[in-house]
Amino acid sequence: MTILIIYIVIFTAAFFVVRKGVSKFRQMQDFTSLKTVTFGDESAVRPDRWASVISIVTIFLLWGAFTGSKWVPIHAPGPFVGETEFVYTLEAPDGSRDDATVFARVFEVGQDAEEPEVDPGDGFAKNDGIKVGAWRSELLIMDKNDDVKRKEGAKIVAIDGQPVSAGESVRVADGSVALTSKGSINFSPAKGMQMEPIWLPSPEAVVARVGEIASEGYQNFTLWEHLFWSLFRVIVGFIIGAAVGIPLGYAMGLSDWFRGWFDPIVEFMRPVPPLALIPLVIIWAGIGETGKIILLFLAALWIMTISARAGVSGVAISKVHAAYSLGASKWQLMRHVIVPNSLPEIFTGARVAMGVCWGTVVAAELVAAEKGAGMMVMVASRFQNTDIVIMGIILIGIIGYGIDILMRKAEAWLVPWKGRI
Amino acid sequence: MSTLSIESISMRFDLPNGGHVQALKDVSLEIKTGELMSVLGPSGCGKTTLLNIVAGFLAPTEGKIMLNDHLVTGPDAERGMVFQQGALFEWMSVRDNVSFGPRMAGKREKDWAETVDHLLDVVGLQDFKEKAVYELSGGMQQRVALARCLANDPDVILMDEPLGALDALTREKMQGLVLKLWKETGKTIILITHSVEEALLLGERLLVMAPRPGRIHKEYRLPFADDGVGRDLREVKKNPEFGEKREEILSMIWDMEEEIMGRTEEASA
Repeated sequence: MTILIIYIVIFTAAFFVVRKGVSKFRQMQDFTSLKTVTFGDESAVRPDRWASVISIVTIFLLWGAFTGSKWVPIHAPGPFVGETEFVYTLEAPDGSRDDATVFARVFEVGQDAEEPEVDPGDGFAKNDGIKVGAWRSELLIMDKNDDVKRKEGAKIVAIDGQPVSAGESVRVADGSVALTSKGSINFSPAKGMQMEPIWLPSPEAVVARVGEIASEGYQNFTLWEHLFWSLFRVIVGFIIGAAVGIPLGYAMGLSDWFRGWFDPIVEFMRPVPPLALIPLVIIWAGIGETGKIILLFLAALWIMTISARAGVSGVAISKVHAAYSLGASKWQLMRHVIVPNSLPEIFTGARVAMGVCWGTVVAAELVAAEKGAGMMVMVASRFQNTDIVIMGIILIGIIGYGIDILMRKAEAWLVPWKGRI
Repeated sequence: MSTLSIESISMRFDLPNGGHVQALKDVSLEIKTGELMSVLGPSGCGKTTLLNIVAGFLAPTEGKIMLNDHLVTGPDAERGMVFQQGALFEWMSVRDNVSFGPRMAGKREKDWAETVDHLLDVVGLQDFKEKAVYELSGGMQQRVALARCLANDPDVILMDEPLGALDALTREKMQGLVLKLWKETGKTIILITHSVEEALLLGERLLVMAPRPGRIHKEYRLPFADDGVGRDLREVKKNPEFGEKREEILSMIWDMEEEIMGRTEEASA
């Protein structure tokens, strides 16, 4: 909740700062900047690059600030670490009361810590010493060393002078103390507002993991091998899918027998999510490469078939007529008119298919695999290696985005007339 | 010497709802080599259907088309076609579009390069020959379409409202170009148009068709096309006879449209 509010504040503040401050220095005089009606004119809405940069920086800033990153100058309050103490008041059955102090040493989890040495003090309630890991809590059987035990009727009536009874909790200087239903003390040091690394590791921990896994590997394969295998499966599956799907789509667009024969199959298989095929593919082909490639082949096949078919039906009939009356044969019509005319559709389909394939391969590896980006993430999550999980997600995202950019570049190069007819 | 003969063509097809359409009924025509015939008529009179039959894209239910004493059964390079929207191939340069026909016929570049270059000169696109066609304006695209058709050296050129999508000024220039090409090449041309003026200006013969069923209503022989060759077409329009003919044909088509409207209203009443 706090994070959301901070985010909204940064969003708003950055808007006003950029609008009032920076805009003055970048007065462009192109046509769009002269439009007065911009609200409602979608073409006049251009992404504000300042906003994009600030948006990315904000995410990393918040991430760093709430995970105690050393890369970020400001931090949310972290968990309490160090020495603290609180006082409990024990009431003996005869009604007499005595105070004792609990000395607590809060240490960072993963480091060694000793319980503090404590002088028992006087009275029938003796002082105690405990150690607690940050973000953890510790149960203290405080009457172990007291002269009057709980079994004999002693009970705690106050913590730091605040009255308390079993099941309640009170705040103390650096945390809170709860009385269990049986009357012993449970001390939880203040957690602060940072995330525990097990939930969200700091950016530098993730980056360090990238280096570590890139050189040493994880689960018998280095990071590059994991990513390579995922990409390899996608590319092989996509190529086979396209090699079968595009001719099939052409056949469906050019022959009524093919159209009739394959229409029910394609229309049925198209809405089946490839993920739903994973169990069947595992039964048939196991979890090795064959199974993955069959799955990706099926994921790409229907998309490519449909886009090739749409490409054929998208040929303006006048172009076909023109080609025939210029003397083209059927084969020449195919080669010089239908194939080039369907390229824009096929590229759109290929971009969709690559996206679906990338998603499917990760999902398939999550289910079962020996190597691959998805498998790396899944295994890491079982061992609560959150840094590997986050690193994996980021890399999967970057690769998916990279694939799409490459496809768009290829499209602009091969089909320059797209959208200009 | 008669080249193209359209012999009692009828075209009738069934509709999915059980009815049928009589698109053409008993249309007969003879067009001699080198004639330019323009075809006018209200929408639905079957002029595009007729053109598609002559081109070989549709088969008539009765009658036949003969060209140079052989039967027309399908599209062929002897009958070139110019469409309203150019129907150019966007993935080819201007020059590749124009040379499409010869290349498909398997001719070598040295055999067609001269013709193609000459045609690009004639239509004034020599400087644009390496451009992509989607970079050209509508009028230029239509000139590419004309050149592409001529490069194939067809016996008959069929034009389906080739200038319909152009603005008025470009259209006027293109009309001059069509006349010039017609005279220079001596091709037989059938030109479908919606514009009475265009039909009068370009048509050596002018055919007015009537709808439901599509049939020939009236035929004119006109002097304006010959007058117009190499001249300012606006001069031709000043001819009082031109104005008379225009009014006559306009009111003829207007009457047909009214009749259609009346019949539709009766049917719906």
